[in-house]
Amino acid sequence: MSAGPTDRTLLVVRAGALTTVQDLGRPGHAHLGVPRSGALDGPALRAANRLVGNPAGAAGLETTVNGCALRPSYAVTVAVTGAPSPVRIDGRPAAWGASVRVPGGALLEVGTAAPGLRCYLAVAGGVAVPPVLGSRSTDLLSGLGPAPLADGDVLPVGPVPGTGADTGTGTAAGARGADVLPLPGPGPELVLPVARGPRDDWFTADAFRTLFGGGYIVSPASNRIGLRTRGPALRRARGGELPSEGMVLGAVQVPPDGRPVVFLADHPTTGGYPVIGVVPEGSLPAAAQSPPGTPVRFVPVSTR
Amino acid sequence: MRLRVLRAGADAVLVETATGEETESLHAELLRRRAAGELAGVTEIVPAARTVLVCGLADPRAFGAEVAGWDVPPVPRGRGAAVEIAVRFDGPDLAEVAGLWGVPPREVAAIVTATPFRVAFCGFAPGFGYLTGLPDRLHVPRRAEPRTAVPAGSVALAGPYAGVYPRSSPGGWQVIGTTGAALWDAAREPAALLSPGTEVRFTEVAR
Repeated sequence: MSAGPTDRTLLVVRAGALTTVQDLGRPGHAHLGVPRSGALDGPALRAANRLVGNPAGAAGLETTVNGCALRPSYAVTVAVTGAPSPVRIDGRPAAWGASVRVPGGALLEVGTAAPGLRCYLAVAGGVAVPPVLGSRSTDLLSGLGPAPLADGDVLPVGPVPGTGADTGTGTAAGARGADVLPLPGPGPELVLPVARGPRDDWFTADAFRTLFGGGYIVSPASNRIGLRTRGPALRRARGGELPSEGMVLGAVQVPPDGRPVVFLADHPTTGGYPVIGVVPEGSLPAAAQSPPGTPVRFVPVSTR
Repeated sequence: MRLRVLRAGADAVLVETATGEETESLHAELLRRRAAGELAGVTEIVPAARTVLVCGLADPRAFGAEVAGWDVPPVPRGRGAAVEIAVRFDGPDLAEVAGLWGVPPREVAAIVTATPFRVAFCGFAPGFGYLTGLPDRLHVPRRAEPRTAVPAGSVALAGPYAGVYPRSSPGGWQVIGTTGAALWDAAREPAALLSPGTEVRFTEVAR
């Protein structure tokens, strides 16, 4: 017997510090001023989706620091990845980084992440909030997608892929053997390769020695828009204003205070502060998992 | 057209032109070539004030060398079909703008509705287009005191640009009128009324 779509829900019992719906974002709309958004630790979301038998781009939840608690209305298969964290079902410990069965009406708790900041919770069928421009991601810069979760919210869940049914018993169990998890957690320092440009000529040679000379830590002002840093200011070789220009993911923008900001998924599509270099996309998940105070070491890399 | 090509990471370049007008032409040329299937793999083409960012390039160095040799024709204004935006010219800065232009306040509507605008680029918020077309002598400075909340639908001017606020937000542009047009509607296809290259005509509705 098939349940209706409204019968598949997750009740948000505890939303946590900042829990948002995330998939792989909405790239391709930057020319409209729409940020790409999407999971900050994309490999972790993909792994969670794989564990529950979802397509890689299904929407899950991204938690920040202190997890969240949910009560599914029906028996569901879930997986928690990203930063390691305690997972409990009705108070009993359950596996992190694995496919886990949660009975209908039970309380699923994701605890405090350590090391790292962000956990990814995938549910078989995916979180089924309405998509905006092809994505269900919450974009905190421009406000597209669903608002961050609040206590008492009810999230719809999609049908389990591959079964056409929604009893929650589908292909997820078969995905249990998917053991290719990205390495969890950041190291004691965050190493960020930086390819110079496009506005490296706006900075002095001394600014590059400073940037690559260490002395930076992750600032507590970091968020989904950017990893902010504390450390020595980078000196400009020239004054004046830069006309607004397109910004890439991973751009290292230098605002007037001279402290580099590394742009993450919700970054503005254009900006007027010079970009001294760009961090490759593959290094950004680690940036998103590095808590405030983590030492940051920028290292030069060349582009082809 | 002299183009400067700057690297922006592993798969992107920023192509810089000498003027905003050239940037609009370069952007149109990029769209034309993409439509013709010449830019396989390109994921984003993002115009801005003096640059166009091109992302998703397999070989950015080769692309940069190629683009520098392109013959980029200028794109005439006011030739294509225009999106019409009906405006009530009742903005709080209308008198200020009229003063800067040296015309009576009622003339502002006549000048704006007679100007063929084009979306040079978007940004600031989804649905916000930077519209060019005003001649140099009609460029106005931003307000000395930005407003903490400019209502959605405000039609405003700053520097070389005109724009319409898609939603209430802080802003320092000179507000000359209001429109009921939905600049952004996520339920509509396309969600954005304006995208780079779109021709725009303002029309006047009675007060």
